[in-house]
Amino acid sequence: MRARVYTLVALLAASLVLVSLARGQSPVGIVRPASERGLGLRELGSQLFAGNCSTCHGIAGRGVYPPNAQQGTGNVRGLGPPLVGVGAQATDFYLRTGYMPLERADEQPSRHRVLFTEHEIRALVAYVASLHGGPPIPHPVPSAGRLSEGLQVFTQNCAGCHQVVAQGGVVTGAKVPSLTPATTTQIAEAVRIGPYLMPQFSAKQISPRELDSLIAYVKRSQHPDDRGGWGIGNIGPVPEGMVTWLIAAVALVATCMAIGERAKR
Amino acid sequence: MLRKAVTFLDERSGAAPLLKKGLRYVFPDHWSFLLGEVALYAFIVLVGTGIYLTLFFEPSLAKTTYHGVYAPLQGARMSEAYRSVVDISFTHKAGLVIRQTHHWAANVFVAAIVMHVMRIFFTGAFRRPRELTWLVGVVMLFAALLEGYLGYSMVDDLLSGMGLAIGYGVATSIPFIGGNAALGIWGAPYPGAHTFESRLYIAHVLIFPVIIGGLIGLHLALVAARHHTQFKTSAKQTERRLHGVPSFPGQLPRSLGLLFAVAAVLFALGGLVQINPIWQWGPYKTALATNGAQPDWYLGWLIGALRLMPGFDVTVGSYTVVPNPFWGGILFPTIVLVALLFWPWVEKRLTGDRAWHNLLDRPRDSPRRTAFGVAFFFWVVIVFAAGTLDRSTVFFGLSYNLQVWIFRGLVFVGPPVVYVITRRFCVALQRAEEVEAVREAAEAEVEAAAVTS
Amino acid sequence: MSRLPKWLIALLTLALWRRGKAEGSEQEDGDGRIVPEGSADRRAESWVIALLFAAALCAAGFVVVYAADGLGNRTQLFGIALAVCFALIAVALIIVARHLIVTEHLEEDYPEPGGDPEEQEAVAEVIRESGSRFTRKKLLLAAGGTAAGAVSAAAAAPVLSLGPLLDTSRLQETPWHRGRGLVDDSGRALLADDIETETFYTAYPEGATEEEKDQIGAPLVVVRLDPSALRLPPERARWAPGGILAFSKICTHASCAVALYRKPLYAPTEPRPALVCPCHYSTFDPATGGQVIFGPAGRPLPQLPLTVDGGLLRAGGPFSAGVGPGWWGVRRKRSI
Repeated sequence: MRARVYTLVALLAASLVLVSLARGQSPVGIVRPASERGLGLRELGSQLFAGNCSTCHGIAGRGVYPPNAQQGTGNVRGLGPPLVGVGAQATDFYLRTGYMPLERADEQPSRHRVLFTEHEIRALVAYVASLHGGPPIPHPVPSAGRLSEGLQVFTQNCAGCHQVVAQGGVVTGAKVPSLTPATTTQIAEAVRIGPYLMPQFSAKQISPRELDSLIAYVKRSQHPDDRGGWGIGNIGPVPEGMVTWLIAAVALVATCMAIGERAKR
Repeated sequence: MLRKAVTFLDERSGAAPLLKKGLRYVFPDHWSFLLGEVALYAFIVLVGTGIYLTLFFEPSLAKTTYHGVYAPLQGARMSEAYRSVVDISFTHKAGLVIRQTHHWAANVFVAAIVMHVMRIFFTGAFRRPRELTWLVGVVMLFAALLEGYLGYSMVDDLLSGMGLAIGYGVATSIPFIGGNAALGIWGAPYPGAHTFESRLYIAHVLIFPVIIGGLIGLHLALVAARHHTQFKTSAKQTERRLHGVPSFPGQLPRSLGLLFAVAAVLFALGGLVQINPIWQWGPYKTALATNGAQPDWYLGWLIGALRLMPGFDVTVGSYTVVPNPFWGGILFPTIVLVALLFWPWVEKRLTGDRAWHNLLDRPRDSPRRTAFGVAFFFWVVIVFAAGTLDRSTVFFGLSYNLQVWIFRGLVFVGPPVVYVITRRFCVALQRAEEVEAVREAAEAEVEAAAVTS
Repeated sequence: MSRLPKWLIALLTLALWRRGKAEGSEQEDGDGRIVPEGSADRRAESWVIALLFAAALCAAGFVVVYAADGLGNRTQLFGIALAVCFALIAVALIIVARHLIVTEHLEEDYPEPGGDPEEQEAVAEVIRESGSRFTRKKLLLAAGGTAAGAVSAAAAAPVLSLGPLLDTSRLQETPWHRGRGLVDDSGRALLADDIETETFYTAYPEGATEEEKDQIGAPLVVVRLDPSALRLPPERARWAPGGILAFSKICTHASCAVALYRKPLYAPTEPRPALVCPCHYSTFDPATGGQVIFGPAGRPLPQLPLTVDGGLLRAGGPFSAGVGPGWWGVRRKRSI
């Protein structure tokens, strides 16, 4: 019996170490101009872009492709898509979710502390938007959408990866983020951009009205109707099994021990 | 008054001698002997709550449009079965607490059986003359698994539909007869005929409960016929004579107390911890799927086995002989079932011990059995854990593909390692006891010498 | 196996016989009592009484919650009322067991090892001797066996009505044939020009009813790749007009819906496009015609040839292979 416990503890410890190794935050700070005052918005954006983005996204956002990978600030190996035509929409999304800047060019962007100030984000958005144009920051109106339509659009297009209550999941080769922290604007942006491995849904596929409904549903799923009590994550059987064993089975074994004889040695 | 009632009964049934014997039936006392009772009481809660649910559940796949109180489903097309369960959860007073208690009771029922089986295994309680009791118990465990699967499958929500799809894939994968068997069970190619829902329903609310109930009766009758086993904790307990508490008055209040404790835990969970919120999953359609879909915990080892198998079908030319789900969905559980069923006879063959046993082993007393049991359990648990890798990817961020490969390795490497470690551990415990006994004897001798001198 | 019935009979007779034999090891006390007398414990008694009244109160609370209107969190209140009620009764019973019941330990003999040989012999004898008038036992047994078998077969025959058990041809059916149009969930025809790269579509056969759309052969997943990225087998060269590919949406492993499509935003650092099933994470490569690149699926995803007819997407023929999960009649390639 005890041998099994030790094995379990060892396994757990090993996995925790691996996890902590896998989860380093970007050590690279933000490179800022000596003084941000007195610079125009676009000018500040351009300087910030040169210091923090161009290693991967190239001069003036032209992108960097494999044979030309370059060493940049903080020893980042630069490699990244062009920002031609991505516009304010994508820039706003990637900066406000903390997806950018990335520590390594080949890692999956994920939600982090936002490293730029509000003013800096606006500057970068203005700069990238000025490069080649592109879609503006969207302004969805979820209150105009219908929840039930949202659920339908979500199960059709999103639940396969994001899980039906938007708690996130996995696809071979990547993690799928939970949508719990996502804001209305970010959801609208992500649907149109398709960050990382996510498909990109144009207005032809998900109309602006459907998008409003979709956002209404996702916002609702952030506070689902847990009339059954403690929601234990809204992901179904795995936490239910844990409750069965860690709460119910433990409580009942304890009851048995209270009622029955324990070892007398 | 009391005497009159007894007389009335005895005159008409001749039950007095039997009753007296029953009241004074001897229960050896140890907390681990109560685990089987926990399972029994969970079953009682299951039957009670289940009967209530049948009064409201509509086993029909006919399509309807939802116009109830839950906004996200407004206007959605769904089956009557699913709609009726949403209504049980939303509009029938006390419907949700009963439904959730029923589901938790199912989870706890199987958990209690598993703990009970482990207690029986590691103490050698299955040995002659109790092999039949063991056999019936193992069959009940597997009947309970199927019963649970039927229960959450007939709701027709997104998760249950995906579970049925997998069940269909596993059924068709049986070599030579799979396609026919699946057509027979489903009545038509997936998602099957409308009658399939009726079949699920009658199996879940009648056939399997009756089977399980009957097996419980047989199990208890066999236990009573050969009496309980006991630990040797005092000189009074021997292979020939058992020592314990009479069922009345000693055992009755404890057992009843345990029954109410089980009910308390189940209703507490049923009221306070949400389980299977089917309104959040939405209705099922063949073309829909959600990420992180899992079966209830007690089938986790099957989804783990299905996920761990590398991708190949056994084919001869263009003829399919063994489709992939067979390995994880049929062969693996069959191996586990057969190993459990025949273990008493396998052990007899291995040890040559065919004697009657009324006294229990402690796990350390039989290092080889304990080591085999722990290794076997570890093997199943590894596969079980593999079924949750998608969720652990979400929580810990390790690559899913990498984890699958690690677990594929562990399935082969883990059990032998665990076997060796457990066996050594048991032997070390035995040694420690021997040393202790020698030391005690020596001390007693010294003391005796001190007294005489 | 042949021992099993004998065992059952032996066990049954023994259990019945024992009943007659009576006599445990019950000794009566000096004062003629069976259960020895114990001393009273008024404190424990008071506790039990109080606990039972409290339990009654909780049960009444359940009724109140049931009757009261306009309560929020009713499920939780129900659960708490019942759980506390049962817990109080449980505690009361445990106090009864611990403090109010005479603690007595009885001893009893286990059944004799080997059971009761005389009785076992008697059972066998009764059965053996009852057959003395039969002369042709083997023939009789054969006749009895035949009758039993035939009756079982007759009883089992209606099982065939459960489904097309013997006729597996329906497992091969799909609604797709040359010329059938592709429509989306709401029934609108899919236009080739509207199909974009970087996303996926779920398509159904034109004119299918709600029920037909749920058939395993109906749903398709449609994606568009850059035609230069396709690595289709040569015989499928014309199956993907403009790089538009259609596959059965049902996983070839265990029939879940292949509801995940991953596609890289920036190919050099990200995994290549793939269709993934969320049940066991089988991963299929659309560019090579649905080949398995990870996970347990044993067959590629069946591909449906497409044609463009007046801008509309239509099936150019049946699937490349049998759809749905593997079974003995499924073929990796269409046998035409």
